[in-house]
Amino acid sequence: MSGGRPAASALADLHVVEFGGFAAGPTVGKHLGEHGATVVRVESRSRPDGFRVHYPPYKDNVPGLNRTGTFALFNDSKLGVTLNLKHPRALAVANRLAAWADVLIENFVPGVMARNGLSYEAVRRVNSGVVYLSSCNMGQTGPKAAQRGFGSQLTSQSGFTFLAGEPDGDPMLLFGPYIDFVAVGFGLVAVLAALDHRRRTGEGQHIDLSQYECGLQFIAPALLEYGVNGRVVTRMGNRSPHAAPHGAYPCRGTDRWCVIAVRSEEEWRAFCAAAGRPAWAADERFATLAARKANESALDALVAEWTARHGARDVMETLQAAGVRAGVVNRLSDLFSDPQLRHRQVWCDLEHPELGRFYYEAPPFILSETPAALYRSPLLGEHNVAVYRDILGFGDEEIAGLAADGVIE
Amino acid sequence: MTAGTRIANGPARTRGADGGPLAPYRVLDLAGHPGWLCGRLLGDLGGDVVKIEPPGGDDGRRLGPFYRDMPENGLPWFAYNANKRGITLDIGAARGRELLRRLARRADFLIETYRPGYLDAHGIGYAALREANPRIVVTSITPFGQTGPYARYHGSDLVAAAMSGFMSLVGEPGRPPLRVSLPQAPMWAGMHAAAGTLVAHHAREATGRGQHVDVSTQAALLWALANAPAYWSLGRTDLHRGGTRIVGRSTSGAAMGAIYRCRDGHINFILYGGEAGQRSNEGMVRWMTALGEAPEWLRRKDWSAFHVAAATQGEVDEVERPFAEFLRRRTKAEFAAASLAYGILGYPVADAHDIRSDEHLAARSFWQAVEHPERDATVTYPGPFACFSATPLRIRRRAPGIGEHNEEIYRGELELSADELGRLRRERVI
Repeated sequence: MSGGRPAASALADLHVVEFGGFAAGPTVGKHLGEHGATVVRVESRSRPDGFRVHYPPYKDNVPGLNRTGTFALFNDSKLGVTLNLKHPRALAVANRLAAWADVLIENFVPGVMARNGLSYEAVRRVNSGVVYLSSCNMGQTGPKAAQRGFGSQLTSQSGFTFLAGEPDGDPMLLFGPYIDFVAVGFGLVAVLAALDHRRRTGEGQHIDLSQYECGLQFIAPALLEYGVNGRVVTRMGNRSPHAAPHGAYPCRGTDRWCVIAVRSEEEWRAFCAAAGRPAWAADERFATLAARKANESALDALVAEWTARHGARDVMETLQAAGVRAGVVNRLSDLFSDPQLRHRQVWCDLEHPELGRFYYEAPPFILSETPAALYRSPLLGEHNVAVYRDILGFGDEEIAGLAADGVIE
Repeated sequence: MTAGTRIANGPARTRGADGGPLAPYRVLDLAGHPGWLCGRLLGDLGGDVVKIEPPGGDDGRRLGPFYRDMPENGLPWFAYNANKRGITLDIGAARGRELLRRLARRADFLIETYRPGYLDAHGIGYAALREANPRIVVTSITPFGQTGPYARYHGSDLVAAAMSGFMSLVGEPGRPPLRVSLPQAPMWAGMHAAAGTLVAHHAREATGRGQHVDVSTQAALLWALANAPAYWSLGRTDLHRGGTRIVGRSTSGAAMGAIYRCRDGHINFILYGGEAGQRSNEGMVRWMTALGEAPEWLRRKDWSAFHVAAATQGEVDEVERPFAEFLRRRTKAEFAAASLAYGILGYPVADAHDIRSDEHLAARSFWQAVEHPERDATVTYPGPFACFSATPLRIRRRAPGIGEHNEEIYRGELELSADELGRLRRERVI
């Protein structure tokens, strides 16, 4: 996975064009690109992707259009072109891209594509079989359809942050735009399914993907619990009704933790033996799951006393060897040396002209015959010639004219 | 669904009567809780998903919360096994494995969550199934993947949340890292498994050959970290969890408030930069002004000159203080209305009650009534994940009872006799 294309790519026959920005649309295209689709990302110099402009991290902490890591991470394995959609002559160019594409991905606020002459109905006139994915916060219809928003906040509207935190404390932010990447997975699934339908029937379609509704799939049991039993599921720290001990326990070092999850009685006995605390297994306060749940604070204190004497990795290895579920709370820095992620070649260390070596992220699924192959993210407008001339067949003079007039900018 | 006649004649490639973009395809779903969502999604898309449980049923049926507190009626089971039929089969028995191979000969997909090597050891792993059916796509969902130093490790939602790094970014600074209280890792794994399965399917339809899709739950949850890995790539920076505040948004290292207390709960509001952020910050001040609660200096503030990505902690704190005081006196519903009226970026921190009452979801016909004849009840489910214009998705059936479709599949499709089926039941293969 060092950037070269393997002989066989699963999606090599696919053409994809992307309008929009940030995470939820472009990351779908990234995943199609890493399996061989030709993906063209459309931006413009007057409206570059927001992640290029005001989102750290920047290379050497210095902003610049081609210096942002966030854009890079979500836009590898695609070609980058510029086209100013506000220019009156841009639509003709955009239509050439739309006619070429099997898949169009957009994640603007509803209405923007229509204002640019690129609604599904309009695109269908130049490409009747197009699979057109619209991904936005609240969906294309409904009273809040026009509401703008970012994923770090939509993650709250769809119930996730309410479910994170200590029972008596505030809800916790889930770092960032958690829900965007939920919608990315669902968007990828939707596009691939619609392509199969098209292959068999010739029929394209419009997919209205509400990121909010995607997020709700991940908390469906809580929605059923409220609907059926009238109860609101609340946050409970790291505890679980089905396991005890079940939590993050402090280990040797600063802010080092190991999680432990003990479900069955057999696992409990194995845990006590592995921890070298056979007395715990004989303690009637902990004799059953119900007893351990009833005395969970006392239990957690004892477990923490044991873990604090050991390194997090030692705790994990000792318990896993005994068949007990345990794992190091990896920090960001640990992820790049995590032996399992390295084994799977999750991190693709690729050279970028302005970022230097950058770790791109391979998908969490490995296909035995057609593995993913990533190539680095594009500079702004880097592939204008490759796309407009070599793919769409514009002449050099025509391209120069469009550039001089600010259409390709 | 006419899958019964279809399967006896090999996979058909015409659109099924039931619609859905994947209507022609048969899925064998041997997955436990860590992989349920994969089959559910293929089922939502119209696939004919047959859940294969061990005799006595999937252990995951006993995960709560429960339908009207009846054990064995877990709501997670209901949620993620709708749109599947269900049969029982003991693949630990030789006769059971033979039946599985017969089923696999006519299937397009097989999903499983056994420990790596288990199916191979029993002669029903990918290598063996490919012999029986070169077209089959087999998707394996495990905590860490099929091979590698942790492949034999035991996983769970908590373990995945830890080892993906996700927990390290959630929780109050100085307090334990936290997971989301409702299991999320199985959802990330199942969703990515469905994606990987369909990538393999696309290739299969071109080449005629299936493949093995190896899904790691740890790696799937890595995407929940959003752009955090880029901090390490570029600056060798280790981000730390910010509790209710958002970190990694300013080159100065400042953290912005994100989750604010209000009268009846919490509100998610964040100072953003760029054009969108400027409009939002201005909208917030206009709302405060309309209620007579914006201090003079805040009303005069020029947001086009406020660069969040470069702001210091002091600048951020100064600006946020009046917002926090103001929001403390509002309700979640007031904020939801004002965010629309004033163009403020943000949402209430919604719970299940808020979501169930959201008029927007009702207007989109998101909720779907699903019949549960065995309970003489209709249960309202969250609807499928997307609106497809040509091949709409819907929940066509509730999750199956244990062995509910044994007759339909074993007699109707594999054409076993009543005697054979009786014998398999007595021998507890079914």
